[in-house]
Amino acid sequence: MIPFNFVYYRPDSLGAAAEVYEKLRREGVSAVYYAGGSEIITMCRAGAIEPRAVIDIKRIPECMILSPGDRRMTIGSACTLSQIGESRMFPLLALSCGRIADHTNQCRITLGGNLCGSIQYRETSLPLLLSDADISLYGPEGARDVPFHSVFDGYMRLKPGELVVAVHVPVWALTAQCAHMKKTANEKIDYPLVSVAAVWRDGCLRIAFSGVCAFPFRSQAIESVLNDRTMTRGERAQRAACLLPAPVTSDAEGSGEYRLFVFRNTIDEILEGWENGTL
Amino acid sequence: MVRYEGMVVISLHVNGENREVAVRPADLLLTVLREQLGLTAAKPGCLNGDCGACTVIVDGWPVKSCLMLAVEAEGHTILTVEGLGGTAAVHRAFVDANAFQCGYCTPGFLMVCHALMTRHPAMPGESVVEEWLASNLCRCTSYQEIRSAVERMYAP
Repeated sequence: MIPFNFVYYRPDSLGAAAEVYEKLRREGVSAVYYAGGSEIITMCRAGAIEPRAVIDIKRIPECMILSPGDRRMTIGSACTLSQIGESRMFPLLALSCGRIADHTNQCRITLGGNLCGSIQYRETSLPLLLSDADISLYGPEGARDVPFHSVFDGYMRLKPGELVVAVHVPVWALTAQCAHMKKTANEKIDYPLVSVAAVWRDGCLRIAFSGVCAFPFRSQAIESVLNDRTMTRGERAQRAACLLPAPVTSDAEGSGEYRLFVFRNTIDEILEGWENGTL
Repeated sequence: MVRYEGMVVISLHVNGENREVAVRPADLLLTVLREQLGLTAAKPGCLNGDCGACTVIVDGWPVKSCLMLAVEAEGHTILTVEGLGGTAAVHRAFVDANAFQCGYCTPGFLMVCHALMTRHPAMPGESVVEEWLASNLCRCTSYQEIRSAVERMYAP
């Protein structure tokens, strides 16, 4: 059970959600936006957080959109990973969603929750980083549409009271050649040692990682190395391992040394599939 | 805008009936189903979303009821093992395949399998079945029999 009380709000518009959040903030009440709730409930039960108000965004229409468009596909932040996966509209994101937690939990975990969560992997960010996605945000200062990468540097950088409304993916990314690999230490359902998403655009590889460092990232320095065909696959993987943006993670899932081993091998696997046309 | 504070009475649509329950906003769906409605099929296991013993079906999707607030379920359709009435294909399949030992995990597996059959009326591929079943744990390790039950469910 959750051993404390909170007030539950269920707004039906973005304006109402931001308004109540701002009102609570002014009153000094700790509030959280709530979608799937998996992480919030778990953390409340564990005593890691103790919000006094929960604002459920699942009845806000803009957060529930899942639709293709002429120029871009829109995915609401409260869409579940299962809904995104079963829609099959964005194959790379569907692959990422299908490897987060287990299937039943995917029926609750939402895109926005995964992006904004405190668990470091945030694997749904990888396809968005690679596909020139935009993101719609809404807060007390109103709405803004910005490139996803401008507010995500491994962590969502939101203004106080802002919530993720939806992401927008250009149509080229919906049909682009892509690959996704997730390597875990033991069970298939586990946190990643290394999770990799790759997209090919105009013959060039774009690649993003989760699990390797304390945050997910896309590195253009690594992409430059991996696209340099004057080197062997092994050389490129080795060079890429020297270009990580932060220290490699070392934890109970795997040591840093082991993670680097898996990182290099996974890159080699991606490059081999690319060269052989087997991806 | 809905605003709930303290003890509130809400209506849940469970197993085809509207049921009124008095809840705190922080109460979990699992707790309310068991302690207020006497629907004890859904079991508290890990209470952390890992084991699947508490699985129920909400709007056709399997959901771990230990990770859902009861107030969230308002306006949605909830199905528990009790709502299957004991005559669903999944029941017969589990009995015929001896797909349980202690039985504690069984209600969760039944709901996952029932949802699987609802969303995939034709027998899905092996990877889909594996993906769905991997959401639940059986500490008696009846996995082989549970897998057989899925086969029987689709070909009774």
